[in-house]
Amino acid sequence: MATDSPLTFYDDGLTGVDVSALCGKLIVIEGPDGVGRSTQISMLRTWLEHQGHAVMDTGMARSALVGKTIKQAKQGNTLGPLTLNLFYATDIADRLENEILPALRAGFVVLTDRYFFSSIARAVARGSDPVWIRAVFGFALRPHAIFYLRCEVQDLLPRVVYARGGFDYWESGMDVRMGKDLYESFVRYQNRVIRALDAMAPRYHFEIIDATRAPEKVFADLKRRIGKLLAGKKKKAGGKARRKPAALEAAAPAVVEEPVVAAVEA
Amino acid sequence: MRAFTNRKCPGKLIIVEGIDGSGKSTQLSLLSQWLRSRGFGVVFSEWNSSPLVRDTTKRGKKKNMFTPTTFSLIHATDFADRMERHILPPLRAGSIVCADRYAFTAFARDVARGVSRRWVRNLYRFAVRPSLAFYFRVPLDVALGRILGGRDALKYYEAGMDLHLSRDVEESFRLFQGRIIDEYEAMTEEFGFRVVDATLSIEEQQTQIRKTVEEELKLSRAGDLLKTPWRGFTNGNGFAPHIL
Repeated sequence: MATDSPLTFYDDGLTGVDVSALCGKLIVIEGPDGVGRSTQISMLRTWLEHQGHAVMDTGMARSALVGKTIKQAKQGNTLGPLTLNLFYATDIADRLENEILPALRAGFVVLTDRYFFSSIARAVARGSDPVWIRAVFGFALRPHAIFYLRCEVQDLLPRVVYARGGFDYWESGMDVRMGKDLYESFVRYQNRVIRALDAMAPRYHFEIIDATRAPEKVFADLKRRIGKLLAGKKKKAGGKARRKPAALEAAAPAVVEEPVVAAVEA
Repeated sequence: MRAFTNRKCPGKLIIVEGIDGSGKSTQLSLLSQWLRSRGFGVVFSEWNSSPLVRDTTKRGKKKNMFTPTTFSLIHATDFADRMERHILPPLRAGSIVCADRYAFTAFARDVARGVSRRWVRNLYRFAVRPSLAFYFRVPLDVALGRILGGRDALKYYEAGMDLHLSRDVEESFRLFQGRIIDEYEAMTEEFGFRVVDATLSIEEQQTQIRKTVEEELKLSRAGDLLKTPWRGFTNGNGFAPHIL
């Protein structure tokens, strides 16, 4: 369910971070590997910019702090599942503090190619405790909308085999080896990831988008929903969505750059 | 909220905690020497030493890239790698693992930086509960004297300069480490620390620690603890894989 309420943290948020003056929109595109998230994001970006919105897009392992480290660690043969989970948590926290929050303060539409939901799904697919990993991500900002591009593993196969030229080691969960070969492990692992995302849908209010359709159909669907969200239409569902203060809605992109993290005072 | 996994291992996990300059590393090193001389395999794991994470932490510190949250997360990542590779497997094999700082360092430091107590305790929930946790209690001035005597300058994050408590490094260190001590003291009961008076002589402290360890080892069933096969070839000093 999309909401245009002010942004808040899920639980104990980022230490020393003030979220009161965020006037942008945080929109998450989720879904399994190969479902077409990046295609949709690049189309959405162009469309939003034509509409006059400033857009920032971001995605996994792109943080200045650990982006490269994660890629390097994945090249080796020593990266364990717990370490992988926490690397991604560090990556998301760093991007939140240094990219996402400043963009939201400046009034951008932030499109994120996955958020921590994928990290939870992968962690759970690898056998981690779901309660633990959910609480770890309590620091995260609650997005305005989460679009879950949903399909089954069978729908992913042609894209992975033909468009990407084969199965990726990590996307096939080969680090925890779920089958005799890449294909078998991919099917089992991605199945678990999809089940984990499905299970999260009600808790985190995912909007489920049928991604088995042609990309143009999916795009049209996303445009319609995001258009509504940006128009600031009041949602009745759940009664949780509150209208933003008029002052914020009218506000031009903020020019004052505040430090991302204020000093922690005694 | 549950801290630590309930996993039981045949090995023993002995950890030391305390502020910088409390002398805990010296004591742990002496303890490992003694354990090795008695024929036990000892695996050693140090805070901030994961080969996958260490360099990133160093770079982040050098460039002042950390906030309280990312500082906390990168240390947990480092810890997770050591847990998965260097701590848990040897413990399951029956080894004695000695750790210089453990999750409690994060509980103390990160909370002193303003991170939520509840959140950081959950973050480390995958960790094995130590068999023995020694806390080296030392007055701030004693610790500061030892550090200033041994090194050129106090480091930025060690002195909590990121918190802007004071522009003076020494004063900032004092305030920040003071908060850390408060957290350690509050944890003493919560986690059953064995408190060592770190103002006593090195020998007195070591005698007390060995006695406590001796009693803990007696609790092990025969065959639980892994002995080194090389005893007798090493002049009684033992041999141990030294993992850094």
